Amino acid sequence: MSLRVFVPCDSAAVAVGADAVAQAILDQAQKHGIVMTVVRNGSRGMFWLEPLVEVQTAAGRVAFGPVAAADVASLFEAGCMSDQAHATSNAAPNVSPSVMLNSIKHPLSLGLTEEIEYLKRQERLTFKRVGITDPVSLEDYQAHDGFKGLKRAATMSGADIVKEVLDAGLRGRGGAAFPTGIKWKTVHDAPGSQKYIVCNADEGDSGTFSDRMVMECDPYMLIEGMTISGLAVGATEGLIYVRSEYPYAIRTLETAIQKARAAGLLGTNILGSSHTFDLIVRKAAGSYVCGEETALLESLEGKRGIVRAKPPLPALKGLFGFPTVVNNVVTLASVPIILAQGADFYKNYGAGRSRGTLPFQLAGNIKQGGLVEKAFGLTLREMVYDFGGGTATGKPIKAIQVGGPLGTYIAESEWDQPLDYEVYLGFGGTLGHGGIVVHDTSANMASLAKYAMEFCALESCGKCTPCRIGSIRGAEVIDKITRNQNREEHVILLKDLCNTMTYGSLCAMGGMTPNPVLSALNHYPEDFGLPQTEQATV
Amino acid sequence: MQEIQNALAKFQDVPGALLPILHDVQDALGYVPPEAVGDIAKALNLSRAEVHGVITYYHHFRSEAPGHHIVQVCRAEACQAMGAQALFDHAEKSLGCASHGTTADGQVTLEPAYCLGLCACSPAVMIDDVVHARVTNEKFDALISALDLSKVRVSS
Repeated sequence: MSLRVFVPCDSAAVAVGADAVAQAILDQAQKHGIVMTVVRNGSRGMFWLEPLVEVQTAAGRVAFGPVAAADVASLFEAGCMSDQAHATSNAAPNVSPSVMLNSIKHPLSLGLTEEIEYLKRQERLTFKRVGITDPVSLEDYQAHDGFKGLKRAATMSGADIVKEVLDAGLRGRGGAAFPTGIKWKTVHDAPGSQKYIVCNADEGDSGTFSDRMVMECDPYMLIEGMTISGLAVGATEGLIYVRSEYPYAIRTLETAIQKARAAGLLGTNILGSSHTFDLIVRKAAGSYVCGEETALLESLEGKRGIVRAKPPLPALKGLFGFPTVVNNVVTLASVPIILAQGADFYKNYGAGRSRGTLPFQLAGNIKQGGLVEKAFGLTLREMVYDFGGGTATGKPIKAIQVGGPLGTYIAESEWDQPLDYEVYLGFGGTLGHGGIVVHDTSANMASLAKYAMEFCALESCGKCTPCRIGSIRGAEVIDKITRNQNREEHVILLKDLCNTMTYGSLCAMGGMTPNPVLSALNHYPEDFGLPQTEQATV
Repeated sequence: MQEIQNALAKFQDVPGALLPILHDVQDALGYVPPEAVGDIAKALNLSRAEVHGVITYYHHFRSEAPGHHIVQVCRAEACQAMGAQALFDHAEKSLGCASHGTTADGQVTLEPAYCLGLCACSPAVMIDDVVHARVTNEKFDALISALDLSKVRVSS
């Protein structure tokens, strides 16, 4: 078997030059007369090391990174791109991998990939294949436990599948954390000549990319999860609503769906059973609020993405008025392992009522940004320092926003609280979709608060007044505060306005925009020109 | 227009066809021409107002022809934490056009983006569907210089 070298095809890796690196490796291999296969795998999610090149050896994959195209020649000259380690281990099977790998010396050498602390300390359940396999290779997917969950589900009744997901304690990973099993049960029990599975892949939160990584790096997992969901509730059609900002994800999904269909894994008689399920990809059109499930359904129906009043619940009257499961990408992607390994296996991870794992995403001004899948319960401080390594700029951390643009800036006094849905709700925070955005001391929190209002104004669907008008007035009031125009009075006005938005908005867009605004005001009053001691209260 | 007829033929009978049709038209022409609204409305049994309402609701759809290349610069929080505002200012200055504007030679349209999902490698930029991350002012200028300015149409 020829040497196998891995260069990620994930769009974040491509954005920092992975395509050029892959080409340079092929060119150098030809020049050196080395026979090798360059596999475009998914990303391991250690983005500060991308492009991360891995070489298959007998001891496991050996990593080099971050590799620029200009570094490739030196990797070949140092003997890194050979089966040297492979040969060594054959000759001396008792030599430990770390000793053996000393034979490979290069400034970019990171040793065995699996031994890198950042990766080793994770609990990868949903992301266990990500970065290891070729995303669109069905053979790879099946060789790494793919379709085990679906095979088991195909032998179960819909009600039993729903019960398994309910027992696992899986909750919506998009942000709302609603128990997935209850949603499925509602759709399962609802009468309907047609039912739909809708995957919400409108991952608009800044600081999040776990949905994108699932779609680009392990698309069959999402296909499998949606198919299981279809079997569970009796739906035969699924739609994946993907943001237009994710062209790579759309292409990968379409390729994967075609291959799955050709292999009899989608369509009629799935896996030789009597079940029917098929999928289509629908491209969104740049509206943030379409990540809200009812706005998303409106958009899929070909309308403006205006939020619907609930009830009726989408589970009862969803897409085109039929019972519909609307779940986030990571939620659906967590289903195959639950079915394959059982509810107890999944439920044993986590803390409190937050069961299983969450793929956290470290982003913004962070030294070691990337994807960290861990069971609920570790702290924000561990996340940003132990995994993240502090800021990229080397300055102290000033602010951390958890849970996307509608998430709270977490006060340092809360950084040691466990990352757990209920604990975060308890002090006015939200885990949301697991995005963690770090800012250093150069950040101006009044500007970020104003940005939160401006973003809400830009993206508001306009249906309810607190969101549509409140966000515009909010940005104006913050301007008046920072300009010291009747500052104290305007602080009171801003808090009053935020109260109206929180309790008077129809959906989370207007209802949660006050989270970043008020937390910025409360924890960083000096940025608004207020004395530090005169801290406002929520 | 043939592009519009093609899109209608492909999706007319699909439930919720309007967005896929608009995407196909824009992918083919770079924008959704106002004169297409009537044909689309008629084919889907909608009013022109409904079609116009959808086109103008979504940030992605355009009613005017853009430049030959579309440059999206992310302005969301994670990129802001890594200097996205300064990069956006630089983009406006070096291209000589404002946000949503097109360069005088009609080559490049500058658009803000609100997250490209590259938040661990900020700041990020997408040029005609190709992503770039850890973008500095110098890297931005190099990317713009490398654009094929003989291209006559965007593919988005």
